[in-house]
Amino acid sequence: MADSLTSASNGSPDDQSRRDFLLYASTAVGVTGTGLALWPFIHSMNPSADTLAMSSTEVDLTPIAEGQAITVTWRGKPVFIRHRTAAEIDAASQVTLTDLRDPESDETRVKKPQWLILVGICTHLGCIPLGQKPSDPRGEYGGWYCPCHGSVYDTSGRIRQGPAPANLAVPNYTFLSDTSVRIG
Amino acid sequence: MSSHKFENKVIQWLDDRLPIFSVLQHDAIDYPTPRNLNYWWNFGSLAGIMLVIMLLSGIFLAMAYTPNVNLAFGSVERIMRDVNYGWLLRYLHMNGATWFFVVVYIHIFRGLYYGSYKAPREVLWWLGLIIYLVMMGTAFMGYCLPWGQLSFWGTTVITNLFSAVPLVGDAVTTWLWGGFSVDNPTLNRFFALHYLLPFVLFALVFLHLVALHTTKSNNPLGIDVKGPQDTLPFHPYYTIKDLFGLGILLMFYLGFVFYNPNYFAEPTNYIPANPLVTPPHIVPEWYFLPFYAILRSVPDKLGGVIAMFGAIVIFFFLPWIDSSKVRSATFRPIYKQIFWIFVIDCLVLGYIGSQPPEGIMVPLGRVFSVAYFAFFPLLWVIGKLERPKPLPQSIAAPVLKGSHASHSDKPKEKA
Repeated sequence: MADSLTSASNGSPDDQSRRDFLLYASTAVGVTGTGLALWPFIHSMNPSADTLAMSSTEVDLTPIAEGQAITVTWRGKPVFIRHRTAAEIDAASQVTLTDLRDPESDETRVKKPQWLILVGICTHLGCIPLGQKPSDPRGEYGGWYCPCHGSVYDTSGRIRQGPAPANLAVPNYTFLSDTSVRIG
Repeated sequence: MSSHKFENKVIQWLDDRLPIFSVLQHDAIDYPTPRNLNYWWNFGSLAGIMLVIMLLSGIFLAMAYTPNVNLAFGSVERIMRDVNYGWLLRYLHMNGATWFFVVVYIHIFRGLYYGSYKAPREVLWWLGLIIYLVMMGTAFMGYCLPWGQLSFWGTTVITNLFSAVPLVGDAVTTWLWGGFSVDNPTLNRFFALHYLLPFVLFALVFLHLVALHTTKSNNPLGIDVKGPQDTLPFHPYYTIKDLFGLGILLMFYLGFVFYNPNYFAEPTNYIPANPLVTPPHIVPEWYFLPFYAILRSVPDKLGGVIAMFGAIVIFFFLPWIDSSKVRSATFRPIYKQIFWIFVIDCLVLGYIGSQPPEGIMVPLGRVFSVAYFAFFPLLWVIGKLERPKPLPQSIAAPVLKGSHASHSDKPKEKA
């Protein structure tokens, strides 16, 4: 200890820069190492392997009659599957895009016109809009009506009235056959 | 308190209202530390760092764990297989308990060797013992949570210790369980307490540090600091020394985490708890083994429990049992020998505790348990009889003299 004290007091400028280099280099290594060590902790809060394995849902469409709608769960969220009538498809496709808050044509929102598949979560603050059951209020445009803050969606799930900023989201899905669809 | 003045006006403004910066300056940077501390003095800060690692890994594990008898075991397996880096968090936590105890045991024996429990540090010593007791409780309850066979039967055996208490024993045990046996209510409360107690530990460590910074650190010579020539500022001298020690500790700790994570674990605990079948050989975690050996050595239920708890409680009286005024074993030739005998006795008791209580292990356990308790009266007698070596004038004196007269800077050799 006594030795190191004396050598520190009469260190040359050369020694000083060497010390600085060692200090900065070891600080950099220490900070980087600590940062890397924190990543496993943060990542452990991301969806786990078993959660990700549950990320797609297959639905059999045969029991859904024209004009009917069902709600399925996908990644813990409700997904609306509506077997649209010809009138509903017409109503959706004849809208002028400039009238819409979030302009999207009906064709871009469906893969087969009779099957409308949407994430059933209001884009305002996350409530589930009404309109799946025949007894539900469907709003002025015959689609869905959100009871929380009064957003109104049309038969393509596009926002028409109320505070919601965007259309009901369309999830990724693939038709496995004419009567079966995989969501996610 | 805020005698220190800071260049930065924002820091000064805040410090005038809440003195965090001047407290840090005073207790983590300027703190005058004896200049002769050796590497045995690393283990206090290492224990603190282990506590932080255990808190962190435990909090993140709790986010994925389910304290229910039907789900607990499965949720731990899910952590191991499905949760991102769950295996790492769990192995850090499991092996962290082991290395936390390794570090704390070395820290305690350091205190024993250098007489750190003697006046004026009695309260510091007590706080350390309370920390140790709370640590043992926390570790015990944590071991229950994976709900494997040893979790269940370890919990059953240890909680049954309380049934040895006369009159109220059974009522106390039922109260601990929240039922008629170890079951869901027990698991729920153990989880709640296992989450709570580390924060209690954190508060106790804070008090331990306040007591330490009031009485100041002991040192290998065991003599008081006489002035500034005997000390160094804590930063950078001891921050760097502690960080170096941390590097060594992490090599051992992470070596086990990554290369032999189940070395300290019992395979039996990977079998889900079954209240109808006791595993053939129940052993506690290694850090409880010496006390387990003492428990088994007394052929009486209540007597065994008293001996086991007494083996720790007796340490609270150590400042008065040890009759010597000299702190460091460096200057106490006889104490130094019985100290090492005591260390070996604890290790042997640990080994005996790990073996089935059959054959030679039973008499051996009794001999070494008696030796354990004999250490304390012997400490009192030796303090009276022993002739300590002459103490150096001050911490700095032998060092400064040593630099004049060649290399003989060891005070004990000059005497």
